[in-house]
Amino acid sequence: MAEILNLIPSFRRIAMGAGLFLVLAAPSLREVLEQDMTRHMLIQLPFLVLAGWLLIPAAAASCRFVVIWDRFGIAGILTANLAAAYWMLPRSLDNAIALPVFEIAKFISLPLLVGVPLGCCWPRMPMLGKGFVMANVVSMLGIAGWLYLAAPVRVCVFYLSDQQEAVGRLLLCLAGAISLAVLFCAFVGFRPSAARTA
Amino acid sequence: MMRSLFLALTVAVIAMAVFGSATEGFRVFTTEGARRYAVEQAPHQLPAVTLEDQDGRSFSLDSLQGRVVLIEFIYTRCPTVCSALGDVFARLARALPGTVLLSISFDIEHDGRAELRRYADSHGADGDEWRVARPVHGQDLGPLLDGAGVVVIADGWGGYQHNAAVHLLDRHGRLVRILDFDPLSVLIDEVTPWLKS
Repeated sequence: MAEILNLIPSFRRIAMGAGLFLVLAAPSLREVLEQDMTRHMLIQLPFLVLAGWLLIPAAAASCRFVVIWDRFGIAGILTANLAAAYWMLPRSLDNAIALPVFEIAKFISLPLLVGVPLGCCWPRMPMLGKGFVMANVVSMLGIAGWLYLAAPVRVCVFYLSDQQEAVGRLLLCLAGAISLAVLFCAFVGFRPSAARTA
Repeated sequence: MMRSLFLALTVAVIAMAVFGSATEGFRVFTTEGARRYAVEQAPHQLPAVTLEDQDGRSFSLDSLQGRVVLIEFIYTRCPTVCSALGDVFARLARALPGTVLLSISFDIEHDGRAELRRYADSHGADGDEWRVARPVHGQDLGPLLDGAGVVVIADGWGGYQHNAAVHLLDRHGRLVRILDFDPLSVLIDEVTPWLKS
């Protein structure tokens, strides 16, 4: 019973998640964000993921069903990883602009298949797994950024070549920033659990 | 433990299937790649729109059947890609006699006969084997671009960016290949077999 009660999310968190989702889905904001490749990839997509993350209660991570079926959170993180990778395909990004079906799929899959599993599984993942995922994220961002900068052609038919270059540079910056943050945590020693109990 | 493994494997298998279908079996990753692959797999006719060339002659795209046709989409003010495409067509005209070369402008607001004429003169289009044209009716432009799968977007400086490619129509008027214009030797090798058939 306690478990079920725990599953009910704090009202504020779910309201924030739902509110964020609705704001992102507003036609005028959608148009503004999707007009530009940087805004589309580095604002709209991550915020859709964040909306999903907010919608899932913290207690869901320790729910029995989730623990039995996904012991270390590997399947969940794998789902999040692959669903996110799908929307990194240039063709998917174009399709989301050209075809309403793909746009709807994007708005459903990013919160549900990336945000929710991340919120659910990341806390349960062993340190080794987390390190593996982080290393992959950094190298993926680095390679994608480098490709976008070096590509002789536009990869998306709906975006200009200078927008593609801007995204490439930002992806490289992001990879650098994440690496620095990881190094900072490792050597300066920021521990979320210590901070919470303090 | 087995259940977790089973779930992870299921996720991986589903993801493989989704990625496979999204990339036509891991062949294409961009819309441009998908457009070229689709044409290779299933050639189709372009809409039979009426065009008008630099000499003011009207002709239907249909009327070119029986010849191998190479089409590029351009706008005459274009400082970069279209200019390069123009040079490519000038060299193709010499390398592949017998083909019809067609430069079609999608900037019908700006490109009238005078502009087409100027583009033709500056690149050496003779108006016979190589014609610079535009759709006569504005409403024909959309279907023509859609038929070829060309997307034109404004670049914010009054110009456009668009898929830069050479579109090959076979003798039956079907769009059979969409090719890069660079390197030229590869383009010539790709077109040559269609001239013999």
